[in-house]
Amino acid sequence: MANPLNVAASAMNAQMLRLNTVASNMANADTVSGSEEGAYRSRQPVFATVMDQQREVIGVAVTGVVESDAPVAKRYEPGHPQADAEGYIYSSNVNTMEEMANMMSASRAYQNNAEVFSTTKTLMLRALQLGQQ
Amino acid sequence: MSINFDKALGIHEQALQVRHKRNEVLATNIANADTPGYKAQDIDFKAVLSQSAAAGQTSQLAMRTTNSGHISAAQDTRSDALPMDLKYRVPTQPSEDGNTVDTHKEQAEFADNAMRYQATLQFLGSRFSGMKSVLQGGR
Repeated sequence: MANPLNVAASAMNAQMLRLNTVASNMANADTVSGSEEGAYRSRQPVFATVMDQQREVIGVAVTGVVESDAPVAKRYEPGHPQADAEGYIYSSNVNTMEEMANMMSASRAYQNNAEVFSTTKTLMLRALQLGQQ
Repeated sequence: MSINFDKALGIHEQALQVRHKRNEVLATNIANADTPGYKAQDIDFKAVLSQSAAAGQTSQLAMRTTNSGHISAAQDTRSDALPMDLKYRVPTQPSEDGNTVDTHKEQAEFADNAMRYQATLQFLGSRFSGMKSVLQGGR
C-alpha cells in the first residue's frame, strides 16, 4: 500500500524537474549558435506512472527529458562573432509563450500536491492523537 | 463481561481504513494529473465499507481453534487484506494524451474525503472518551 505522502512527494519532485526544464529553456531562449546542430533545442520532461508489483499506482516519475524537434530559426547576421562562413547564425527553437504556459501549469500542479501533502499530514497527526483528549 | 473494542468502536474502525485508502487513491490521481495515458481511479466507498464490515462480522463469529490440528475458518481481515477494487472514473473532458484526471473534481473529492476522515476520527474519539467516562464511574 502506497503512502499518500510519498505519492505527493514524487509528484512534487516531477513538477519541480519540469519547472527546471522551463527555467533552462527560458534562459536559453535567445542563445545563438554557429551551426544548426549546435543550436539550443527546448527540453521537455516525460512523465510516467510508477506502479508496484501488485500493479497499484505508487507515484509519478520522470522517465527522461526529450529535445523538441521543432525547426531552429536561421538568421543572416554576418557581423555576429558566431556567424558561420556564409554569415548565418542559428537561434534556439524555444517558444516563450509555450514555456510560460508550461511554467504556470507546473506551478499549479506543484501547489495541488503540496496541499495534498499537508492535508494528509494533518489527518495522520490527528489519527495519532486518537483517544488522547 | 469484558470490554470489546470491536463492539465499542463499531463501523468507524473500518470506515477510517477505507477513508485512508481513498485518500491515497485520490492523492495518486492528483499526482498523475499531467501523466499521459493515466486513467483516474476511485473506490466505491459504500460498497467497500459494506464488504469490509461483512468480513469483520465473519471473523467475530469464527470458530475457535483449540488444537494445532484444527483448521482456522476465519478469513484474513487485516487492513492490507481489505477488499479494495478500484474503479475507473468516467471522464467529463477526455484529453488528447489519454489522461482522464479532472484536477478540480479530484481536489473536491479529496477535500470531501479529508473532512469525512476527520468526522470518523471525531466519532472514534467520542467512543473512547465514552469508555473512559464509564471506567471512571462518570467522574
